[in-house]
Amino acid sequence: MASDSDSDEDFVSYGTPLEPLEEDEPLKKPVPLHEQTVKDEKGRYQRFHGAFTGGFSAGYFNTVGTKEGWAPSTFVSSRQQKAEKHHVRPEDFMDEEDFGEHGIAPKEITTSQEFSSGRRDEIREKARAVNAQAALIPGDTLLEELIAPARLSIGVELLRRMGWKEGQGVGPRVKRKARRQQTDGGSRVYGCVLPPAGSEDSEDQDDDEEFAPEDVTFAPKDETPVDFTPKVGVQGLGYRGLDPGMALLGRGAPEHIDLFRPQSEARSRLFGGAQRGSRRGGVAGQAFGVGAMEDDDDEEVYHRDSMSRYDTVLGGEEPGDGLYGWTAPQQYTKKRDKSRDASYLGKILEGFTLAQKPADEKTIFPPPDLPRDYRPVHHFRPSVDVSVLSGVSPALAEALRASRGHMVKEEEPQQGGRHQLDSGRRRTLLGEDALQGPSSVMELLRPEDRQRLLNLRGSSNVPSTKTTFLVSHDALQPAGRSAVGGSASCGLQQDALAAWKGVQTSSQTFRPFEKNPSKQARYELYLNRLKQGDKDALEQSLDPAVTEWERSRERDEFVRASILYRPSSSSLSSRFTSARQQEDEDSVEVSRDQEGDVDDKQAAVNMKMFGKLTRETFEWHPDKLLCKRFNIPVPYPGSGVVGLPKVKRDKFSVFNFLTVTESRDSSAPPNPPEPGKRSRWDVSDQKKREEEAKKNDPLSELLSAARNQTETRLEQTSVPALPAPPTSSRSSSQTPDQRTEEETKSEEKREEEEEEEEEESRPPMDLFKAIFAGSSDEKSSSSSEGDSNDEEDVKDAGEQPLNLFNVASSSVASSSAVASSSSAVSSSVAPGQQTAAVSSLNSTRHIKEEEEEEEEEEFGPKLPPPSAASLSTEKARGGATSLTEEHKPRKRSKEKKHKNKKQHKHKKEKKKKKQKKHKHKAKQQKKSKKEESDSEDDGGGAGHVSTEELLKRLKHVRSHETW
Amino acid sequence: MAFPEPRPQLPQLPQHLLKTLDCQQGAVRAVRFNADGNYLLSCGSDKSLKLWSASRGTLLKTYSGHGYEVLDADGSYDNSQLCSCSSDKTVILWDVATGQVTRKLRGHAGKVNCVQFNEEATVILSGSIDGTVRCWDTRSRRFEPIQVLDEARDGISSIKVAQHELLTGSVDGRVRRYDLRMGQLHVDFISSPITCVCFSQDGQCTLSSSLDSTVRLLDKSTGEMLGEYKGHKMKGYKLDCCLSSKDTHVLSCSEDGHVYCWDLVEGSLSLKLPVGKAVVQSLSFHPTETCLLTAMEGRVQVWGAEPEETEEDTVAT
Repeated sequence: MASDSDSDEDFVSYGTPLEPLEEDEPLKKPVPLHEQTVKDEKGRYQRFHGAFTGGFSAGYFNTVGTKEGWAPSTFVSSRQQKAEKHHVRPEDFMDEEDFGEHGIAPKEITTSQEFSSGRRDEIREKARAVNAQAALIPGDTLLEELIAPARLSIGVELLRRMGWKEGQGVGPRVKRKARRQQTDGGSRVYGCVLPPAGSEDSEDQDDDEEFAPEDVTFAPKDETPVDFTPKVGVQGLGYRGLDPGMALLGRGAPEHIDLFRPQSEARSRLFGGAQRGSRRGGVAGQAFGVGAMEDDDDEEVYHRDSMSRYDTVLGGEEPGDGLYGWTAPQQYTKKRDKSRDASYLGKILEGFTLAQKPADEKTIFPPPDLPRDYRPVHHFRPSVDVSVLSGVSPALAEALRASRGHMVKEEEPQQGGRHQLDSGRRRTLLGEDALQGPSSVMELLRPEDRQRLLNLRGSSNVPSTKTTFLVSHDALQPAGRSAVGGSASCGLQQDALAAWKGVQTSSQTFRPFEKNPSKQARYELYLNRLKQGDKDALEQSLDPAVTEWERSRERDEFVRASILYRPSSSSLSSRFTSARQQEDEDSVEVSRDQEGDVDDKQAAVNMKMFGKLTRETFEWHPDKLLCKRFNIPVPYPGSGVVGLPKVKRDKFSVFNFLTVTESRDSSAPPNPPEPGKRSRWDVSDQKKREEEAKKNDPLSELLSAARNQTETRLEQTSVPALPAPPTSSRSSSQTPDQRTEEETKSEEKREEEEEEEEEESRPPMDLFKAIFAGSSDEKSSSSSEGDSNDEEDVKDAGEQPLNLFNVASSSVASSSAVASSSSAVSSSVAPGQQTAAVSSLNSTRHIKEEEEEEEEEEFGPKLPPPSAASLSTEKARGGATSLTEEHKPRKRSKEKKHKNKKQHKHKKEKKKKKQKKHKHKAKQQKKSKKEESDSEDDGGGAGHVSTEELLKRLKHVRSHETW
Repeated sequence: MAFPEPRPQLPQLPQHLLKTLDCQQGAVRAVRFNADGNYLLSCGSDKSLKLWSASRGTLLKTYSGHGYEVLDADGSYDNSQLCSCSSDKTVILWDVATGQVTRKLRGHAGKVNCVQFNEEATVILSGSIDGTVRCWDTRSRRFEPIQVLDEARDGISSIKVAQHELLTGSVDGRVRRYDLRMGQLHVDFISSPITCVCFSQDGQCTLSSSLDSTVRLLDKSTGEMLGEYKGHKMKGYKLDCCLSSKDTHVLSCSEDGHVYCWDLVEGSLSLKLPVGKAVVQSLSFHPTETCLLTAMEGRVQVWGAEPEETEEDTVAT
């Protein structure tokens, strides 16, 4: 073994130890040379590649020379491809073995340049100089030398130049002093290491103690600075804790207790203090006993303190012993003259001379005397009225006042320091451009809201905080209002004007009419005019080439779009950067079939009329895998849809938004979610249950309440937004691939049934007359438009004309396709009409309607579909339908009783009956389902029929059927 | 054969208490028969699922691995696997014999109220308070569900599978029936939050209990109401209802500590079974015999048509 147990930590063993020899063992035959193998550290056999081609370890897994291995590259350089100068370090060709301990470039801890002695490597420098001359650019390396990073402070650098080395003290070299210090290291040493003067003093006295050659000097010991760390902790003075150095080295404690240098002694020991005491392993110290394994029992186990180790007199240290201490510096400073101190010459650097005069001492001024009645409490000065300050936004003034307590007057911005400038003023001083967008949050608010806020504050606070900014808005609005007549659309125009006026932002992100570029251009023109505050913006920006009807429609659209996307968002957007790339997807997925309204279903449930009224059937696509697992054929083999089929909608279509409020207006407000609807069994504990039966789980309640709300809203918003065309055309157009042949067949059959059904359910002719005598002359449709629009118009004509969203949905068809169709219309319209339309630019809604009527007369009225007729019939005679309504439940209940009686008889019988009934019912259901969908489609066709009407119609159909 | 057909016996009702199992697992959230009715599963609020012998009433195995109380369980047709769902949002597929977790299915956003195997135990269907039904594949190693049915607007409270149909009851007051073969979804509006849904044994009707203390029997194909059963109290808790094994009676738990049993056809109350003082939380009817399980607090009770002693007597004589 290379090491014994004692010196285990001192030696490192290399190589594998030889096996211990045994006497009686026969001598092994040495392994012949050709059988000796070389293995790497993992025991793998290593191939020898030849001494000059890599030796034993060549390349990654000995791949040198093989196809996969490393091969020297050849130098290739052409005019097109100049060979780059490769900076290849030798390390790039080394593997870990080379970096290993025994490799050619071992990576081990070495002294860095910083800690090496300051001697310059002259040979290297010379070599560098030669290299610099030989380099492509002479003096190339000069720059590197010039701009070398400073590693050391200038003081250290200077000291080094003067011959100082790290670890030495600073000062003149001494003779034998260092030795002496080491010998009497045990004596009491306080404070710093001996200064040069003192050491020279003492030098004479013990000259003869040891032999020391005269010309050998030692550097003074390094000083350790006085440590002024404040006392933390609650230990007593002088408490040191367990010093690991002391404890492990087993140094006993009999030392003087030094209050002022608790740590420095240990440090001085680190700096090369004497090695004293016996070296002993293990922890030792006060309160640590002697272990059983330790042989020196004579050491004191318990700490003993004696008074002799304390100073009894304050400052009683005799100064003559040549020691500096904390307690007695003044005698030395008096005794020593500075010239002598300065006469110490180390090695005076070039360009330096010794100072003749000592440097002036720094005068330290005493702190000022505080007046007797000084109280260290600061009072803020009373705040300055904001109204005095003009040009500062009220919010800013408010903030400033709150933060600083006073404000700087505008006239003297220089007097207040730079901290008293606000950002705006600093900006003007610096000559920067004004920030785009609003400067305060207040400006983002709508003018009315701001006004209200200000009023609120004004009533409580300073009354005169209104700014010019506000006043301008106030002035603008009434002026605009008064200028134009009180019709609703004009009011809206004014709103739009108020909203857009003065908006500077040019970046207009929202483009509602993107599909129709010319229309979009007109819209932007309109917006620009609005921004300039042009009151006639709308009329001027409309296309004069289209009919009046078209124009009025477009006018409504523009006004509405401009209000919907009022520039409050654009003013906000000036604070944000808009996305570089627009999202391609500007459409949202909406499930194609929406569940019907809850209200009529609720009514049906209340009447216990389960069945058609409460049943809804959707097309639903199970996952292919699910069908496979259930062992059934895939119902829709070609479809890639999973779940309810979805339809893509334009995300930003104006019409998505336009229909919203109408349905809200026309239908009854959503019923608040019933308490019974909430999920209420979020109960985990049996005992809790009793309490929570009364008090529902708040979270789930909240959740379900929120969900209910969104649900109702969703239904309201999305139901009318459904596309209008009737069933057959819809399904064929939207899912052409999904439809199987069976379906089409059944569809045909159904359509036949439907027709029959219609025949049955069609009301008598006089009803039609009664309706259309009233409605047809009022409104009808152009042939190019869907029937849905007429119905809407029929309804809208009767209903509130003030609702702006209604206006849009009535006059505007569903998409831009309408625009094209309407342009076709315009071409066919007589030109005389156009001129007339142009002349009446400021037409009110009434005039517009009249004009529309004229148009209708041109195209002629068209008969609405029968279902619509029935609808209007019902509308016309509300009493009749209510009558049928009353009849129905009674009849239903009768029916049910009858059924029940039948069911009484016997179970088996019942089952048979049931099955029969099912067959019958299935038929019926088919029919009724068709009907339902039919009527639903009517609802969809009407687009915005109110829910009550829907219900009525449903019932009407139903009652016809049951009769 | 000259013998006349035996007169069909009057349908018997499980009115005699045969056994009481003290499950020792906290409140029993659900009790279920296995596919053949020889074993029963009890879901405890102490995160454990226990398997019992129904005839002897002995504990066979305890399955632990859930992180919160177990809310529902189901056994596969071949008795080789169990599935259970829990408030910890997971569904666990168990191996019956070893009691090991075969698969732990995560994905629900809330506690999972109900779980069901399909007929061949190839799919686990779980309904959660997050309003989704997730269809998990037991055959593959995928951890995502095959399909998520998110049509419900509120939590799913109950789910049943019969052949190719999936019946879900939701707190939004709707019973949804997914017909996989037809590719259709039928939504029946009940208006009150649904607590439990069932198929009838003949597969022609659906039974749904709701929080307006009503159990309704609806025609499956049309959605018309065939019967309405009232008298019990179901106002706040998710309690079970079921049909008897021969579709003769409708049974429902009640908050007043009884199990109500109505004649299916007449709609009249034929039995009011006093179970205890607390809420009867769950019940399960034997698939073939007249045997009923009820769960109240920490106990599971087994009810039969005839008291056990007399049965033995009749066998002896």
